[in-house]
Amino acid sequence: MLRKSFLAALAATALAVGTLPAAAQETVKIGIITPLTGPFASTGKQHETAARLYMQQHGTTVAGKKIELIIRDDAGRAENTARIASELIQNDKVSFIAGFGLTPLAMATAPIATNAKVPMIVMMAGTSIITERSPYIVRTSFTLGQSAVIIADWAAKNKVKKVVTLVTDYAPGHDAEKSFVDQFKSKGGEIVESIRVPIQNPDYAPFLQRVLDAKPDALYVFVPSGQGSILMKQYVERGLDKSGIRLIGTGDITDDDILNGFGDAAIGVITAHMYSTAHPSAMNKEYVAAFKKLNPSLRPNFASVGAYDGMHLIYEALKKTNGKTDGDALIAAMKGLKWESPRGPISIDPETRDIVQTIYIRKVEKKDGELYNVEFESFPDVKDPVKAAKK
Amino acid sequence: MSTADTFRQADAALKKKRAWHWLEYVFWLAVAATVFLFPSQHTLLTQIAIWSLFALSLDLLLGYAGIVSLGHAAYFGFGAYVAALFAINFTGEPLTVLLVAGIAAGLLGLVTSLLVLRGSDLTRLMVTLGIALVMYELANQMSWLTGGADGLTGMPVNPVFGVFPISFRPTNSYIYVLCVLFVLFVVARRIVHSPFGYSLRAIKGNPLRASSIGISTNRRLIAVYALGAAYAGVAGALLAQTTPVVSLTYIDFQRSADVLLMLIIGGTGYLYGGIVGSALFLIAQKFIGNVTPQYWEFWIGFALVVIALFARDRGVFSIIERVANALRKEKAKP
Amino acid sequence: MLTILFDGIAYGMLLFVISCGLAVTLGLMNFVNLAHGAFAMLGGYCAYVLVNFYGVPFFASLPVAFLFAAMIGLVAERSLYVHFYNRSHLEQVLFTIGLVFMTSALVDYFLGSQQRFINLPSYLQGRFDFFGVGIGKYRLLIILVCALIVIVLQLILGHTRFGSRLRAAVDDQRVARGLGINVNRVFALTFAAGCGLAGLGGALGAEILSLEPHFPLKFMIYFLIVVSVGGTSSITGPFLASILLGIGDVAGKYYAPRFGGFVIYTIMIVVLVLRPQGLFTRGTSK
Repeated sequence: MLRKSFLAALAATALAVGTLPAAAQETVKIGIITPLTGPFASTGKQHETAARLYMQQHGTTVAGKKIELIIRDDAGRAENTARIASELIQNDKVSFIAGFGLTPLAMATAPIATNAKVPMIVMMAGTSIITERSPYIVRTSFTLGQSAVIIADWAAKNKVKKVVTLVTDYAPGHDAEKSFVDQFKSKGGEIVESIRVPIQNPDYAPFLQRVLDAKPDALYVFVPSGQGSILMKQYVERGLDKSGIRLIGTGDITDDDILNGFGDAAIGVITAHMYSTAHPSAMNKEYVAAFKKLNPSLRPNFASVGAYDGMHLIYEALKKTNGKTDGDALIAAMKGLKWESPRGPISIDPETRDIVQTIYIRKVEKKDGELYNVEFESFPDVKDPVKAAKK
Repeated sequence: MSTADTFRQADAALKKKRAWHWLEYVFWLAVAATVFLFPSQHTLLTQIAIWSLFALSLDLLLGYAGIVSLGHAAYFGFGAYVAALFAINFTGEPLTVLLVAGIAAGLLGLVTSLLVLRGSDLTRLMVTLGIALVMYELANQMSWLTGGADGLTGMPVNPVFGVFPISFRPTNSYIYVLCVLFVLFVVARRIVHSPFGYSLRAIKGNPLRASSIGISTNRRLIAVYALGAAYAGVAGALLAQTTPVVSLTYIDFQRSADVLLMLIIGGTGYLYGGIVGSALFLIAQKFIGNVTPQYWEFWIGFALVVIALFARDRGVFSIIERVANALRKEKAKP
Repeated sequence: MLTILFDGIAYGMLLFVISCGLAVTLGLMNFVNLAHGAFAMLGGYCAYVLVNFYGVPFFASLPVAFLFAAMIGLVAERSLYVHFYNRSHLEQVLFTIGLVFMTSALVDYFLGSQQRFINLPSYLQGRFDFFGVGIGKYRLLIILVCALIVIVLQLILGHTRFGSRLRAAVDDQRVARGLGINVNRVFALTFAAGCGLAGLGGALGAEILSLEPHFPLKFMIYFLIVVSVGGTSSITGPFLASILLGIGDVAGKYYAPRFGGFVIYTIMIVVLVLRPQGLFTRGTSK
């Protein structure tokens, strides 16, 4: 009995191995590597749902080729990402690698993409320098500088004079701090104090007490998207809201996916970011509804549009190359592409391969009993300010 | 019987113990065969070999000297950062880099061993953990040097001996890592079968008795701790050489915990446990992860519980042993 | 200044309630239970589901969280843990880490990987001034509840039959058995109570620590620190250690934000190097 089933399994394997190469000619494979477990798992889930949604809506055939999606978990660890990327390229013959939830994950994969000449779509990681690491990298998410500079502009215009900055003490935090501080100072603002809090930090109370004692007009915050909620709760608990200190920041702190769980503490927080679930376009309404249908436990956030637009970019590039999967041709096809996304109009900068998009100023409000980031001002065609400054 | 005779006898006994068993030859031949048998899996195999070396380094502490560590990644990560910085600033010659990383991590081990050697299992567990956490914070804070959370990139890796290129060549990388693993394994094997190794086991068995027969307990523990740290440093340097980025995850708590798990799965105190355990762990993680990228943790956890329920000392092997024994008994029945 | 002290105490109290169960298993029963945080997480999620989905009042959810975690603890102890009492520490580590992986994946599967918060009644939010000292209402609640628990624990341990049985069982299992004490039952109940307290702490702490599937691993380090620094010979040790760590952590972050991350670990290493048996032990070493 055992033997029989063993033989059957063997035969099945042989069959599968035998048919693989033939099928490979007709399919184009996309490998998404993203954190699906560990502390950044929600990013991966957003990516996965959005990518599947795109394929559901736009079909699995492009330019005569069948599209196959392979999703892998790297648990947020760089050596896994690098290993999976090279395995996907080498063994599964993927034509695109995509995902990348954190900066080091993208950095670890960049040389592999260069070496294999495979386009690499960054759907999340937001440090400016990433796209310079390989000519095969294209980004569909955002850069931290984009939001930080815009919120600085907005603050300077809206009678905020003294600001305390509070960022998490790691590289993206330093980026977010520097972009904001430089821009805010150049508009005549004053930075009273810059606080950096350690990554391993379950309790914000002491830092917020420090802010309260410094009495600024506003507190500018950047923390990894999961931690914003704790910070905000303690902001209210500590009475900072009543003492006239406004809370401003990049959109990471009011992550749409978890915003509703923040409670009324979050109402009135002002942030700058490229996507809100409440973006008032017909396309976005349809997107949100379809997304929730596919995965009712999630609310689409900025990570999801990164993946959705990344898939769009791949589809459009394949259309332009008529299904050819040559890396250089695909990258050339991606440069300068413009399209309407659920977040609004976006394009790929032909020079830097980075994203150009509208940044919105939003305020947290309660609509139909749920909390949303409601957009009230927009700054169109924002490029990555860090790269712009280098020129 | 003269003292000379006793020495001679003891020497002969030691030699006999350290002779290679035929199964060991088979094992290493099988390992060598993986180079040809699984050409598509070389990236995974490279990581298995590196984890093996890392687990082996922990086995030196845990299996032979009985020092429990929940912060062994401190030395792994330190070795990796030293390797990357040395390669960037001085030379990318791989073996030199390994040597430097090993020595640096060994020195760190030497210094920190003074903190570790006191107290019970729990105290050691916590002190090693504390050291690793402080190292993690340091690497994070000194971002001007280490790149912080962005990671450290741009480390040059020259061909080995000037002729054997390894960057972006999975097969060559694998051969290179495997050779390093084998050489260091042989060295470790020699050490644990030397009088020094036996004195360690005596200390592990009963420190009080060991010191009463004239073994200087502390000096030996310090020595083996530094050795284990040096091995871990080399493992870290190897990972740095075969992965394009050195990041904070090289030094985080999860790495310390994972290596401990791998070693326990494979079994402690016979040097092969780390190799077997890391192979099983990583292969299982990969294949379960491919089937269910979101929930592989559940099945790994399930496997750990099952292994823990049925295993003793020798990890998974004790399960095999018990099953074999049960079968034998079954057969013996008329 | 006093506000910082107040916050530190609240934080420390919370750590104590969650980790006192661990002090019992680890210290008294000599069992390395790395899955302790999982029980805290389950209690927290239990309260979350009750309050947010079924509209149960927050205060009513706390005892339920306690019972829920205690029940699961009891079942786990009888079915699984009991096989590991006489095994090596390493096998206990393997087993309990396996449990952590499983619970994390299960929670992720059923409730998602996003952070969750319990909807608090509005009268627990915000803070008031008390002679110039800002006092967070929720933190005050934590302190009150935790203080109550500490007192009850002390009374149970010191003045009840069960308490003396437990102390006897811990001091010398064999003699205790000889005296007719059902040691297994005492341990099982103690274990369950420890899990229940962790669950209660998880529910109370959800607001400050935030709930996510990764919770047990994220905070395991803190719980272990409390137990190892506090020593395990009494309940006062871990209690004082928790308070010390809470205040040290909060004050360190306030006065030297740059080095805030180091303070807690450095305290631990220094204490353990100087007093390997923990800070608050009677000075005897086994």
